Amino acid sequence: MKKLTCIICPNGCVLDVGSADGGIKVSGNLCPKGEAYARAEVISPKRTISSSIRVIGGDSEIVSVRLDRAVPKDMIFPVMDAIRRAHASAPVHIGDVLIHDVAGTGADVIAIEDIS
Amino acid sequence: MAEYKDAVIIGGGPAGLAAAIALDKLGVHDIVILEREKELGGILRQCIHDGFGLQRFGRSLSGPEYARIFIDEVIERGICFHTDTAVISLSPDRHVKAVSPSGLIEYDAGAVILAVGCKERSRGSIMIPGERPSGVFTAGSAQAYMNLYNRFPGHEAIILGSGDIGLIMARRLTLEGVHVKAVFEILDHPNGLERNIAQCLDDYGIPLFLNHTVTDIHGNSRLEGVTVCKVDDCLRPVKETAEFHSCDTLILSVGLRPDAALLDGAGIMIDPRTGGAVVDEHFMTSVPGIFTSGNGLHVHDLADFASLESEHLAVSAAGFLKDGLHNEMDVDVSCGNGVGHIVPQKIHSADGFSLSLRASSVMDDAVLRISQSGKDILRKKIRRVRPSEMLMVDIAGGLVSPDGNVEVEFI
Ligand SMILES: Cc1cc2nc3c(=O)[nH]c(=O)nc-3n(C[C@H](O)[C@H](O)[C@H](O)COP(=O)(O)OP(=O)(O)OC[C@H]3O[C@@H](n4cnc5c(N)ncnc54)[C@H](O)[C@@H]3O)c2cc1C
Ligand code: SF4
Repeated sequence: MKKLTCIICPNGCVLDVGSADGGIKVSGNLCPKGEAYARAEVISPKRTISSSIRVIGGDSEIVSVRLDRAVPKDMIFPVMDAIRRAHASAPVHIGDVLIHDVAGTGADVIAIEDIS
Repeated sequence: MAEYKDAVIIGGGPAGLAAAIALDKLGVHDIVILEREKELGGILRQCIHDGFGLQRFGRSLSGPEYARIFIDEVIERGICFHTDTAVISLSPDRHVKAVSPSGLIEYDAGAVILAVGCKERSRGSIMIPGERPSGVFTAGSAQAYMNLYNRFPGHEAIILGSGDIGLIMARRLTLEGVHVKAVFEILDHPNGLERNIAQCLDDYGIPLFLNHTVTDIHGNSRLEGVTVCKVDDCLRPVKETAEFHSCDTLILSVGLRPDAALLDGAGIMIDPRTGGAVVDEHFMTSVPGIFTSGNGLHVHDLADFASLESEHLAVSAAGFLKDGLHNEMDVDVSCGNGVGHIVPQKIHSADGFSLSLRASSVMDDAVLRISQSGKDILRKKIRRVRPSEMLMVDIAGGLVSPDGNVEVEFI
């Protein structure tokens, strides 16, 4: 039996994850998303992150960015390396893909604000 | 010469934007939003992590994206706003003075909506002794430096306080290559949401020490380290447990309080528990026609609820503009066992409303009881009660009578 905190929503349910009949059994979740989260967490934990990318010729030095989907937890630092090396040229628009398939994860790095 | 507006909205964060949009939808078009910063969006501009909008939009957005949905709607509706415009005074007769790039501007308002957000408690407000080297930041200012201005606080950080901003900054600093050594919390429970402990600390192996606090700060020009002590049951540091921890950055995440700067001048009654105004179920303060919501009223965990609150406020403000003041009763709401603070603190009508509260301690399987003169209005079983999580309960219309206080308690 393992205890996990569901991070999907602010309720932060504490989930009990155990194995039963060779499968995974989850309890303590208030909604089905918690069960899906616990299963993924046991098999292959995933996270999203936010950061910023340098901007050339903009009215701000940086643009805030996030991943458009979760990546395996052990890819977070390789993703961060790629983000740190990247730069964008102004203007940047909210939703623009600034790095496609970052570090081979299939996730895109997207701008979350406009920089002119 | 003061210009007349039906409503002047002070603050362009999620609370102010939602109030403006809701008023416009209700047919109150002669309104203006005044925002001190150079852009609309409030604190969300610097909250680049995701986790916004789950309640409202059913998906997880970053702060700037959440704000953008509201800003776009304000622009589409042609709602008037002025940025770089700081309100410096508000009078009881709803006269608003602000400084803007074009000089002093003044309004006489039919209704004023204070949506000014909160302030961080700083080193002064928690009284840590020691030297005054550079390298001590509040979590929100460190967040602004990094996320808005690309300035990094240091290389080796310690975080004091387990508020959400501190937890989010622990992760952000770690991702940017700063070594976050530990988070120390004086209380016996974390101040931030469980999900932030899991995804910001546990994920990165950052330890959280409860019942610990910083008792001294060392360094001349730059911070060199801090002394940390365990505390006893009365939160007094136990000297024998003192330990030195080297660090060049100390981040304080020791709590938020509503920004009450404009309340005094307007003669608005303040609730010492929330640090914001006393309001009734219509979000009206003790001064008729002045309303408030969002973090400026009481600190919210979620922007979604700050927006929602403002939409309720807008209905009341529109009603006030049309019909004036209609108080049918004057009932106080008081905090009983286990309740840290509550909003609203006053009830002036038999209308249904939502009550927001924070518990003062950690409880499991508690029952929230709301009663008046010993008679139950509502009982609700709550599986998990945490001071870090704001609770909201809806009270149907007609349940509160004009006689006796309403008491809110855990039993
Ligand atoms: C660091 C941090 C992390 C958070 N994380 C989350 C999260 O993950 N998910 C979530 O849903 N919520 C989160 N929240 C909560 C959410 O951001 C708040 O609930 C919300 O921003 C409150 O909105 P507001 O409009 O009341 O205040 P604010 O956003 O603070 O806006 C107030 C505005 O008023 C302006 N103002 C103040 N005084 C004056 C004046 N005198 N004249 C003119 N303008 C003035 C300020 O400049 C500011 O723009 C977080 C909050 C913080 C601080
Ligand atoms: S289980 Fe459902 S309700 Fe509980 S935290 Fe996860 S997503 Fe939220």
